[in-house]
Amino acid sequence: MSQIFHRSSNMMARLSILVIGGIAMGAVFFLFAYNRSDYFTNVHVAREQPVPFSHARHVGQNGIDCRYCHTSVTESNFAGIPPTETCMTCHSQVLPDAPMLEPVRASFRTGKPLEWTRVHDLPDFVYFNHSIHVAKGVGCVTCHGQVDKMPLLWKTNTLQMDWCLNCHRNPEEYLRPREHVFDMNWKLPAGENQTELGKKLVKQYNVNVHQLTNCSICHR
Amino acid sequence: MLNDTQTESTTLPTQRGAQLVTVNEVPATLDQTNFPVLGKGAKDFESVTEKISGLVLRKGVTKGWVVGFGIAFMLLMLFLYAVTILFVDGIGIWGINVPVAWGFDIVNFVWWIGIGHAGTLISAILLLLRQDWRTSINRFAEAMTLFAVACAGMFPILHLGRPQLFYWLLPYYPNTMALLPQFRSPLLWDVFAVSTYGTVSLLFWFVGLIPDLASLRDRATTKGKQMIYGALSLGWRGSAVHWKRYTTIYMILAGLSTPLVLSVHTVVSFDFAVSQIPGWHATIFPPYFVAGAIFSGFAMVLTLGIPLRKYYGLEDYITPRHLNNMAKVMLATGLIVVYGYSQEAFMGWYSGAEYEKYMIWNRMTGPYAPAYWALIFCNGVVPQLLWMRKFRTHTVWLWCISIVVNVGMWLERYVIIAISLHRDFVPSAWGYYNPTFFDWATYIGTMGLFLTLFFLFIRFLPVIAVSEVRELVHIEHAKHGHH
Repeated sequence: MSQIFHRSSNMMARLSILVIGGIAMGAVFFLFAYNRSDYFTNVHVAREQPVPFSHARHVGQNGIDCRYCHTSVTESNFAGIPPTETCMTCHSQVLPDAPMLEPVRASFRTGKPLEWTRVHDLPDFVYFNHSIHVAKGVGCVTCHGQVDKMPLLWKTNTLQMDWCLNCHRNPEEYLRPREHVFDMNWKLPAGENQTELGKKLVKQYNVNVHQLTNCSICHR
Repeated sequence: MLNDTQTESTTLPTQRGAQLVTVNEVPATLDQTNFPVLGKGAKDFESVTEKISGLVLRKGVTKGWVVGFGIAFMLLMLFLYAVTILFVDGIGIWGINVPVAWGFDIVNFVWWIGIGHAGTLISAILLLLRQDWRTSINRFAEAMTLFAVACAGMFPILHLGRPQLFYWLLPYYPNTMALLPQFRSPLLWDVFAVSTYGTVSLLFWFVGLIPDLASLRDRATTKGKQMIYGALSLGWRGSAVHWKRYTTIYMILAGLSTPLVLSVHTVVSFDFAVSQIPGWHATIFPPYFVAGAIFSGFAMVLTLGIPLRKYYGLEDYITPRHLNNMAKVMLATGLIVVYGYSQEAFMGWYSGAEYEKYMIWNRMTGPYAPAYWALIFCNGVVPQLLWMRKFRTHTVWLWCISIVVNVGMWLERYVIIAISLHRDFVPSAWGYYNPTFFDWATYIGTMGLFLTLFFLFIRFLPVIAVSEVRELVHIEHAKHGHH
């Protein structure tokens, strides 16, 4: 009876274990990497908008406060997208004929709101409230990044659950005094330690850290 | 390399025989029948190998196989349809809703996983207890285990609602949630229990197959079959070193599987017992579930084995001795299960707890009472026929009883799950569970999957462990002195 397999098939059989194992591990590694990639999460990806609204111009150069447009951020779970009328308070006078702003004027004339592309979109099964974060000293910049440097808006954080829990588990690493929440350029004062300041603020603002990781805090 | 005679002649190193079976004389038992383990047809190595590998290596398929496989495959397509609709529309197509949020999905899960237990018991515990009669039935019982676990494993995933996220059941890290699953939940223990069970069963089955695959390779006449069986037999040459390693790994796997016979269904019972629902929260659940699993498993081995033996002429291998012994195991485990039912009723009354009392009363007289009494009939009354030897060895009767037990064990899970949930503590939250077409289609569909796999198995792999039966022939001959 002749040989069924060539001698080399022993080596092939052994190699196949390595190859199959390698492919399986590679696939897992790829999925983990993909899940966190900017390609998947849209972090650092400037999104097209109906009007190329620049936070860099309005916040960075003109110095408009966040709350001028996002009016409900201190009272509501939704920070608020300004109505066209808010834009027109200035743009009826400033650049009234700029072709770039035609969609804004059209919206003002017809009453049909502008349809912005949402950049920070949490899944529907997550309950999120802006006002509580602002009230407890989470700066705008902490989550949204330095929007005063963004010509078109992008995300600076993934908004994935591990990112949320990072702060919910150790809020003292991220809190700042309330009066600096809307300050784009707030820096820890020289000689102060974030952890120590944070611990003081956690106490002062009554942040119940042990509650922050309850499932129902965010999934209601 | 690898020729016929080599495999033939080296199948029986004495060491292996000594380890696996040391029976020298048949002990006198209460049952004076003493059927021989093997029939007259299994008289020497050649006849055994010829008969069993002939079933695999013959050309083409028989008409009966085509009909059976065709029916099984159609049921599998029904499953495909039901699952496709499920994936498109969500679990709203099933009858489950609060308060009965666990319906057919969990009933079928527990039923299938229970069925698997007989295979493991036969292959592991009976091996360690040196029961020579396990040899003819272990192969297809192990296949049954494997296919049953495959069917069982699908239900929790289908039941998730978002089955594409099934991997959330596994503790893996780093994940984007910075969370591990809830280790205090028996549902997570279930994931470990079932996946361990599936892995060990697969390994056990495959390791046991290796010498037989080598026999098939050596007897195969076409290049394709030689290649396939050759690759699967992993270069087995039947040398003494191979047998030594084989025996060691087989014993290790038997040792690993033995606790699984008890632990898997114990963990499944924790899914219920750890909760606070009246009818679920009972300390008797683990042993009662394990006994029920073996009960239903042996019923399924008989359901499959009796037609298999008849259709393929394997009466010399699966003898009245096997039927008799399996019927006795069924009777014994059936009595444990009935004890469980009696204790559920007793504890309902003895607890003095209003909800427990109502639970058992509602089972017996409530809207699902027919299911409860059918269960008592199937699992409590009918198996008592097995006290009589006539019923233990009469294939038609035994087959019918095994079917009744299969139905009964399915009803048991239905009774425990649906009845306990539909009326819990607050009457305003009471409800009723009606399975829909898709509940039934998914259930019957998994039977299609199971049978499809089983038909493929009996066509392409030896249904009886050739090498082990050859060894048994050797020992039987030595015993009876006509060698």
